[in-house]
This record gives sequence, C-alpha cells and structure tokens, in this order.
Amino acid sequence: MTNHLPSVTIVRKIKASPARVWAAITQPKLMMQWWGPDAGPTLRAEADVRPGGRFSVVFRLLNGEEHNPTGIYQEVVPEKKLVFTWDLPGISEPESLVTFLLEPFDGGTKLTLRHEHLPDEVARQSHEHGWSGLLDKLSPFLGVTE
Amino acid sequence: MVKYQASRMDRTFSALSDPTRRAVLLRLKDKPGLSVSELARPFSLKLPGMMKHLDVLSDAGLITRTKTGRTVSVHLSVRPMREAMAWLKRYESLWTVSLDRLVALVEEDGER
Repeated sequence: MTNHLPSVTIVRKIKASPARVWAAITQPKLMMQWWGPDAGPTLRAEADVRPGGRFSVVFRLLNGEEHNPTGIYQEVVPEKKLVFTWDLPGISEPESLVTFLLEPFDGGTKLTLRHEHLPDEVARQSHEHGWSGLLDKLSPFLGVTE
Repeated sequence: MVKYQASRMDRTFSALSDPTRRAVLLRLKDKPGLSVSELARPFSLKLPGMMKHLDVLSDAGLITRTKTGRTVSVHLSVRPMREAMAWLKRYESLWTVSLDRLVALVEEDGER
C-alpha cells in the first residue's frame, strides 16, 4: 500500500543468530554501540520494547551536532520483526516509520531495514487529532459545556 | 511551521509517485518552458488529463506555470525535490553506517 512512497531499504546478511541481532536492536546497552550516522558517540538509548512503548536515542555527530530520534513501538515480534515510528524533534520532516525484519538465513540472519515516509492518510489523521485536541481546549474558554 | 513543511513534503512525495508526472518533470528538466500541449503530446494524453497532472505537480510546488497570451509555459521548481532528496540521502547514510556497525558488533560477539 505504501510502496509508492519513497523509502530507504537496506538488506544485510549477518553471520550471527536472529537472537543476537534482536538483542543488539532492542537492548539499550547494545544499541549504544552501533547507533549513529558517523563515528561520533551514541550518548543515550532507551527502549521500552512493547507496542506503545517509547524509544529514544541520542547521538552526537563528529561535527558536534546532537540528535535525538524518538518514537513509539508499533509491532514487536521477538527475533522476527520490530516496527517503530520515527520522529526527530526540532527538525521539520514528515513522520516516518522504521521496520527491522529478521529472517534466519544460512545459519545466520538476513536483516531487512526499511525506513519509510508515512502515507498522507496518517498525516491527515494526526492533523485531525491535533484539531480535536485544540477544540477540546477551546471549549471551556468559549464557555461551551457538554 | 514545522507541520506545514512536513505536509508539503508529503505532497512532494505523493506527486512523485506517478510515472507520468515523473516523466513530465524529466522533460521539463531538458526543455524548460514547454507549453501544456507540448507536454501532453508524447504521453497521448488529452489536455484536461495533462492539466490534472500539472495541478498536482503545482500544488506540490514542483512546477511553476506562467501565462503569456494564450500559452501557458511550465518550468521546474527544484526546491521541494531537493528537500525530498535530502530526506532520502540523510536516512540512507544514517542506516548504512549504523548497520555496518551493528553487523560488526554482532558478528564479533559471535566469534567469541
């Protein structure tokens, strides 16, 4: 359904079991060891790995900039699938979704990572939620009671 | 402001999702200022059909149209596309580097 939206997909064949890869993508102390776009340090990682749980990673680039992607886990299937929303506070960009797929492969793991732009529908809904929240807040101000 | 920019990029991406519209953009890159009927010709599209595609591209800020007499000429507008490309590039490099490190980490653990 969302295939027409631009996305980044990367596939890696890894000589380690799905259990090991799963640990690396879900345990904060392991996440700290790989998460980041250059050789700069990963400063913090939090992962409440269950649907609705929050994730947050802080990394510092070599140029000194710090970024803090956050998101909410949508789907958690241990050793198989991890899906979470992706938000970069302070940087204006569309909402997006990250999916890690793990499959046993040749004694190791085939890892497929997909980072996709969320479809308009989701953006539209979030706007609607934004509106209804605003209206809820306005009601008392306008003297409207239910 | 942030919301506004995000939804504009959504429009850019969905405008780019159609092959005819992508082809229109490529033709405009080579031949800026083509008229609507010149654009429609190679696609065997009737004018109203082409106009609809151009409306989508224009809403997404990917083209501008200027009217001279009875002729409308169409030009590319590169900024939204540049933003969309920047998005793709940013995440391509983030994940490529991160996954390299992830693979190194778990494979090294495995050998111990």
